[in-house]
This record gives sequence, structure tokens and C-alpha cells, in this order.
Amino acid sequence: MLLRQGAEAEIHLISWMEKKVIQKRRITKTYRLTEIDDRLRKSRTKKEAQLMMDARRSGISVPIIYDVDIHQYQIIMEYVDGPRVKDVLDDMTADEQKSLCCTIGTEIAKLHRYGLIHGDITTSNLMLSHDRVYFIDFGLGDKCCEDEVRGVDLHLLMEAFRATHPTPQCFEWVMQGYRKTFGDASMIEKKIEDIGKRGRYTRGNIGQ
Amino acid sequence: MLCLGIEGTAHTVGVGIVDEQGSVLSNIIKMYRPATGGIHPREAANHHAAHIASVIKKALTQSGKKMTDIDLVGFSIGPGLGPCLRTAATAARALALSLHVPLMGVNHCIAHLEIGKVITKASDVVLVYVSGGNTQIIAFSNGKYRVFGETLDIGIGNCLDKFGRMLGLPFPSGPVIEKMAKTGEKYIHLPYSVKGMDVAFSGILTAAKNLIEKEKPEDLCYSLQETCFAMLTEVTERAMAHTEKKEVLLGGGVACNKRLQEMITLMARARNAHFFCPPPDLLVDNGAMIAWTALLMHQGGCQMGIKDTEVRQNFRVDEVEVMWKDVITARS
Repeated sequence: MLLRQGAEAEIHLISWMEKKVIQKRRITKTYRLTEIDDRLRKSRTKKEAQLMMDARRSGISVPIIYDVDIHQYQIIMEYVDGPRVKDVLDDMTADEQKSLCCTIGTEIAKLHRYGLIHGDITTSNLMLSHDRVYFIDFGLGDKCCEDEVRGVDLHLLMEAFRATHPTPQCFEWVMQGYRKTFGDASMIEKKIEDIGKRGRYTRGNIGQ
Repeated sequence: MLCLGIEGTAHTVGVGIVDEQGSVLSNIIKMYRPATGGIHPREAANHHAAHIASVIKKALTQSGKKMTDIDLVGFSIGPGLGPCLRTAATAARALALSLHVPLMGVNHCIAHLEIGKVITKASDVVLVYVSGGNTQIIAFSNGKYRVFGETLDIGIGNCLDKFGRMLGLPFPSGPVIEKMAKTGEKYIHLPYSVKGMDVAFSGILTAAKNLIEKEKPEDLCYSLQETCFAMLTEVTERAMAHTEKKEVLLGGGVACNKRLQEMITLMARARNAHFFCPPPDLLVDNGAMIAWTALLMHQGGCQMGIKDTEVRQNFRVDEVEVMWKDVITARS
């Protein structure tokens, strides 16, 4: 059963070894050259599986990986039963929002401390299940310990909040949780600010 | 009601006249083309100042209307190059004051979106806005137009123009690169830089530059286009998946590129989404889009005094209160 068509993959709920599992298959994109398409689908499938296994080993909640088939561009993984943060955040009370955002920050800090970068942290890629925040979709992730890259990772989430959710404090709450777990995050926060200024037409920069 | 719009954010000075049905009665543009190099802001502004009066006259003649028929004057208040913006704003203020009609400063990026919507009869779109200076994926969400993805460094058009200059092509190089790419045969590996819903072009430009001596220019143009446009299509698809919208609209000068149009069309088709693209004269910077958006704003109850019309070089789309949403809903 097709659960969702993401931007680059189809997410199917299938039965595998008598288990309900998720089959994530990166489908071919006819708009791009085969050379580019094949390279991206293979490298992202491989990288995603590696990062998810590393994240899990580091104690971060991600779906368990059961099988990887690079030639089919597909990963078979655990079915996480729960809503996306995107779909529930706006209906929460301010206290619930604050607590959830703090937890998200804590979890991102854990990822970063273990040298992992998610690469696409939006509220669509965070799920709630068994009182835990699950990260899904590591296709644009990387292994990296640079403040710059960590800053980009967080900046993305900041933009996602701004564009999708009306509560303005969400990102600040995320950063509260992040600081608590990461330790000294001042360099990264400075980077987030710098990255924002690099964009076109930001309040902090004059002219183009 | 008739609105005359003046565009002057960068290399183009344009004047358009539209009525409240969204019919474009006239749309005249005059583009500044530097002899060498890219746009020099002051020279572009001088160009606009020299031509604005004749462009207004031509627009009136083409529309068959008289100056006194104009009920509202719109102009591009930002974002853009300061000297160019100020020139267009000065002309608009003078015109509005002498005609005793209201004046409306319009966000240039939103104007691309609104004219595209009314011309193609789209309703709730993800806009792929691609021009020399701008590369943004814009959609309506949470009461405002918002940027879901954008370039982290240079605009796509700027990337193409700079590469064109390295090959010795004139400004703007996009159309020449498009032509050369058609005869390219070999795909040369270039970095592919997508970060979430954002893109970056400067690294690709450097990589392509370093290959100029080694590879055929046609192959490089082909590979550059294929790589950059695939990135743009990918982030557009990401924005569509994220916002759950089913319509995609093109805007900006680079959107005239047939290969980009084809890629976005293929992506939309695979998602069962609808693809919309206005004709080239409304894709590039033009006065009609400014006029139409000013008219929508006016009907939505937005008012501006002269003191509110200071230009805003860094004007972002999410700074605009969209007061005209009901006007659009009532129309459809």
C-alpha cells in the first residue's frame, strides 16, 4: 500500500517476513539525465542506510533497518506508528509545544555530537511514537563535525518552522534543548545567524 | 479600473497597463545591455531614467487609453538594485501626484507570482522564480507568501551569465547557453548541490570554469544546464511534497528556458500536478505584473502615502501582509 509519495521516494507499507514494514524506494526521475539520476539514487540510498544505522547505534530514535538493496534503490525498515510532528504541532498547547521542541533540540544535539548531519530536518521528517521523536529521511544527510554544516542543519529547521508553523518561539525552544545537550553551542548559533545573512534580501545585509 | 505599473528592479524598465479583469492592455519593456561585464547599477538606473518617459508613452499608445484614464499607479518597490528602484519609484511618484491617483509599491517577487496566476488561471501554486538575481521557491502558507527554498549563494541566471562571460558570450548569456547546450552530447560530471529545499550554484560554477580548457563549450553548457535545472526541479518537488500543493508555476527570465520548462513539466506530470507557465513577455521582468499586483492590493484595501513608498532593496515576500486574498477568492 502506498503510504506517501515523497519528493524522491515512494513509501510503501508492505508485509515482509510476516511483519508490517516500510519499503522506501527511490523512484527514477525522468526529468533528469540517467547519469545524474542513477548516481543520486544509489548514493542517497546507501548513505541513508549507513546514517540510520549510525544514528541508531548512538541511541537516537530512527526506524530499524531490515534490508538494503542498492540495485533496487530501496530500504526495508521498521514501520513507526505515529503522526508527523508537522501534523500535530499546531494543535498542541504552548506547554506541549515547548516540551516537544526542547526534545527535538536534544535529539538534534545528540545527532550532531555523534558527528551526524540529517540534512533535511523539517517537521515532516520528524515523527512521534511511544513518546519519542523519530528522525526519518536521511537521504540528504552526511557525516560531519563542522560547526558550519551543523549550523546549516539547524538553519533549515528554523526556516521550516517559519514557513509552516504559526508559533514563533518554536525554534528558540529547539535551541534551548540543543544547548542543554550539546554543551557550548555558541559557535553554531553564530553560524546560524551568518547563514541567515548570506541569503538574499535579509534584514541583516544591505544591497545585493 | 485601470492600473499603470512601472517595473525597474534591475536591467529592465517596463510599463504595463491592466484592467481589473487581469487583461493586459499593454506591456512595454526596455532592457539595459552593458557593453561588457554584468549590470552596473548606476548605469542601469541612468538607462531607466533616459527611457522611462518614452516607455510610458508607448504603453499608453499600445493600450489605446489616455493618461487621464489611469486610476492607479503601481511600481516595483523592491527587492532590487537601489539606483534602479529609486529611478522607477521617482517616476511613479511623479505620475501619481500629477494624475491625482493613488500610488502602490509592489513586491517584485509576488508580482511574478500574481501575474502568472491570473494569466494561466492557476489558483494555489508553488512558484519557481528563477531570474538573474533571484532563485526562490515561493508558496502561500500560513497567511503569507513564503520562501520554501532558495539559493544559498548566487541566482541561477547569475550563474549562467557568469559562465557565459567566461566563455566570452554577451549578457544575458542564458539564451546562448541554452542554444549551445542543444548540441552538447557528453555529460560532464559536476557537483550537485541540494541542501534540503535550498540550492547552491557557486561551487558548480567554479567546477565548470576549471573545465573550460579541457572540455568542449557545448558539452559544458549542456552539463551545467542539466545539473542546475535538475537541482531546481528537485527542490521544487520537495516544496510541493512539503506544502502538499498540486500546482506549479514558473516565473522569471530563466523560466523562458525550454529545457527547464520540460523538466518541471515532467516532474509535475509524475506527481499528477498541474504545470503553468505564462508567455515569455510576462515571465521576464515587466510592468504588467506590477500593475496587476498593485490593482489587487488596492482592491484588498491596501493604501500607501508618499512617505510609505521608500524603496526596499532587501524586501522579502514574507514581509508582505496579503490583504487581497479575498479579492482573488471572490474572482474565482
